[in-house]
Amino acid sequence: MGAIITLSILGIILLYFGLYNAKKALLPTALIGLLVAIGFYVSQWNTVPDPIFNGMVVFDHLAISFSILCIVITGLILLLSKEYFRTMSEHIAEYYTLILFSLVGALLVNCYHNFAMLFIGIEIMSVALYILVGIRKNDLASNEASMKYFLMGAFSTGFLLFGITLMYGASGTFDLVGLRNYVNGVSAVSPLFYGGILLMLCGLCFKIGAAPFHFWTPDVYDGAPILITSFMSTVVKIACFVGFLRLFSTVLVPLDGFWTPVLLTIVVITLFTGNITALMQSSFKRMMAYSSISHAGYMLFAIVAVSVSSGSSMLVYASAYSLASVIAFGALILVKRRTGSDNFESFNGLAKRDPWLALVLSIAMFSLAGIPLTAGFMGKFMMFNQAMGAFNVTLLVLAAINAAIGVYYYLHVVVNMYFKAPAAQEEKGLEISANYKVVLTIAALLTIVLGVYPDVILSFL
Amino acid sequence: MEDIVTQIQGIPLDHYIIFCSIIFAIGVTGVLIRRNVIIIMMSIELMLNSVNLLLAAFSAFRGDASGQVFVFFVMALAAAEVAVGLAIIIMVYRNNKSVDVESLSKLRW
Repeated sequence: MGAIITLSILGIILLYFGLYNAKKALLPTALIGLLVAIGFYVSQWNTVPDPIFNGMVVFDHLAISFSILCIVITGLILLLSKEYFRTMSEHIAEYYTLILFSLVGALLVNCYHNFAMLFIGIEIMSVALYILVGIRKNDLASNEASMKYFLMGAFSTGFLLFGITLMYGASGTFDLVGLRNYVNGVSAVSPLFYGGILLMLCGLCFKIGAAPFHFWTPDVYDGAPILITSFMSTVVKIACFVGFLRLFSTVLVPLDGFWTPVLLTIVVITLFTGNITALMQSSFKRMMAYSSISHAGYMLFAIVAVSVSSGSSMLVYASAYSLASVIAFGALILVKRRTGSDNFESFNGLAKRDPWLALVLSIAMFSLAGIPLTAGFMGKFMMFNQAMGAFNVTLLVLAAINAAIGVYYYLHVVVNMYFKAPAAQEEKGLEISANYKVVLTIAALLTIVLGVYPDVILSFL
Repeated sequence: MEDIVTQIQGIPLDHYIIFCSIIFAIGVTGVLIRRNVIIIMMSIELMLNSVNLLLAAFSAFRGDASGQVFVFFVMALAAAEVAVGLAIIIMVYRNNKSVDVESLSKLRW
């Protein structure tokens, strides 16, 4: 809880920094705050994970490990933001504040133990993001993305709430343990409860962007500023997945005969829509949006075949995916600054002009595609293993086909970088500031380390 | 207070469920078929309010206060959401001179 309080106060302090024009101090203070928050979580690791505040939140290992992952990714994104926000507006303190508030929401979702906290966490996270997506006030694409995100977010919250209400009507409690006792205790679960499960499934699938509820994702990811897109597709998505996993693994396991077919259909549709549409994109940013849909499909494996190891496979997959996304979006910012476009062609010949950036981006693409020796491979391996454990052979075959499709469009970028000639006028290398170098190198190293030796984080869960 | 609870309980619970489901369905339909953003927001409010009503009804029937407390959370957060939403609509209107969803087609939907 200390971490959540720290970060909330930190957000307010940063607003005051903006008021008194202490722009230089924003980033260091934010990073120190994030470190303190990580410290709070680490110190809680060995305590007994009892629900606190009348069963509102619980800091078990699942919550702590994913929270630390969220904070680390936010830290990397904030480091990238150093010059990025300065080019967009004078009021940079607000960006930091809103990102931190959104992070607080994500941390609440990670540790909820009562539907009230799930709802409040998702709302804190989303309301801050609606503003962040539309933060370029005069850019029509950003406006449109913000509007669509707001409408779809509020719409899906309605579904989530109706689902929560129906579950409450059947069981009389919002508490996860209470709900579990209800599911285990009664001989026939009330039909209201089943309706509640379906509606909550819809609401959560909207939030994670799984097909057929994915249609807002590409537009919003495309229209939002690149750094906000990377925040949305990593931290926010991870938090929603933890919420999803916690609900299904603590409460709904005994009813898996009911929801497994539904979720299985969603997974298959998600994988195919995400991958096949990603094939047809000409813009790198939009390709990443569709690829994030397909990765949502892979991450849902952990919930379809829910077991004790679900948390750890999801942690590996989520770390691999978010590290690679941070690299990809960071590289996109640099390339776009140079060429002014986010099409695949703007990556042409990057390897000649800037070998380091091309190498790092290739590692990220390999990781997203799931090539061995990168973290993405370990993530995919563990997810497939998870599905294997539940004997979902059909799912496994379909997923393998999709992984193969994925390799094609991820390697498209690598081919462009290494084998295509650059446009004539761009002979000088990109100017890359030190913070980009540090962040991208750290993320690439972590990707390799996780791919070679995943026990680094596996031993945690 | 006791009076209100007995009055609420005077109507069978099924009626509340059906009534709220209908309001919720109207809200969902409104979001899906209307094109004016303000009306879409009203439809979303309708969805959230049907949830509030149902929560209050369940809470009264079960004699459990937590449902009504949840209603307060929903109302507070819905208000925050609407505040941000209206700001977004004003921003869009300034740039676009329209709040019609169809006019927002710079990005492929």
